[in-house]
Amino acid sequence: MAEIIESKIKMKKEFIKGLWKEHPILRQLLGMCPALAVTTSAINGISMGLAVIFVLFFSSLVVSLIKKVIPPQVRIAVYTVIIATFVTVVDIFFKANFPQISRALGPYLPLIVVNCIILGRCEAFASKNSVLVSLLDALGMGLGFMWGLFLLGSIREILGFGSLLGVKMMPPEYNPLIIMILPAGAFLVLGFLVAVMNRLELRIKN
Amino acid sequence: MKEAFKIIVVLTVICLICAFFLSFVFSVAKEKIEMNAKRAIEEGISKLAPCAKRVEEIKLKDEVVYKLFDEQDNSVGYAFLAQGQGYQGKIKILAVVDSSLEKLEGIEVVESVETPGLGARITEALFMEQFKKLTVIPKIEYVKEEVEKDNQIMAITGATVTSKAVVNILNKRIEELREELKG
Repeated sequence: MAEIIESKIKMKKEFIKGLWKEHPILRQLLGMCPALAVTTSAINGISMGLAVIFVLFFSSLVVSLIKKVIPPQVRIAVYTVIIATFVTVVDIFFKANFPQISRALGPYLPLIVVNCIILGRCEAFASKNSVLVSLLDALGMGLGFMWGLFLLGSIREILGFGSLLGVKMMPPEYNPLIIMILPAGAFLVLGFLVAVMNRLELRIKN
Repeated sequence: MKEAFKIIVVLTVICLICAFFLSFVFSVAKEKIEMNAKRAIEEGISKLAPCAKRVEEIKLKDEVVYKLFDEQDNSVGYAFLAQGQGYQGKIKILAVVDSSLEKLEGIEVVESVETPGLGARITEALFMEQFKKLTVIPKIEYVKEEVEKDNQIMAITGATVTSKAVVNILNKRIEELREELKG
């Protein structure tokens, strides 16, 4: 009985850690390339987040299933092939069923292959843990990544376009800060968010 | 030796499985993807030239041009695809031009991978509107301040390279069409 409760606590912990304590963007500073490049609007952040959750989920599933047969010397190559396969599946799926979204995401989708969160979770977690726990870890990390992208995208969209999810948020006399949708704006917002996150962590600890 | 053999076998098997899986997914989706592309062109034409009731495909050198006819079966112009290098990658544009190849009816950016928030704004209505009824003689020009002539469009702030690319892609293709349609 105690064992079941203990494993339940462990599972909950593995799921929750990606959402806050080990947040991929704001605490581990992983996946910076997509996090900075795609977050010019909130909707881009959400779409990217969903695609990453899918790829992360299935890559972790496969890696934790076949972890025992992968020779350690070539494990990274194997992970990359698996990840690339799922990314291509997402790409084809969107092209066939949601051409509109596919056009909006355009170049970002194939770039998920080089997203280090996915490779990082496969290497650091899925290759060492059971299937169920790996899936929880993947979901937590994916959702954490998504809310990070959504927050970054929302702030940049509000300041840079004066809108959120395409809906006007600012009074008409508001002069959009173009810099916020330029690469420099991405670094500025990310820096502030990481600072806020550190501050909150410190306060929780004390 | 044994170890190396194992590595080769495992890698090969995994790659084979992945390749089969992908080609299966692709073969299922292929028809839909092609249909989407075709429908995008048809929808684009009916949006840019609502008066076109009949479309005839003309095969030129290596590309297809769509000749458009109205209800009375009079030629009202041509629709064509033009593509070229943008700031980050390929830009593909669908455009409709009148039958004398002097005025654009409008354009639609079909494919682009430009910087979001900057170059990607060529896909926004505000930018594409500028090409409605735009004179293409002698050629399209872009300006950064005020538009003064009928053959000018305003470049997007912060994305001059992309705006210039769109203008050049169109100019080049229209020039080619003038040559090819003459014969």
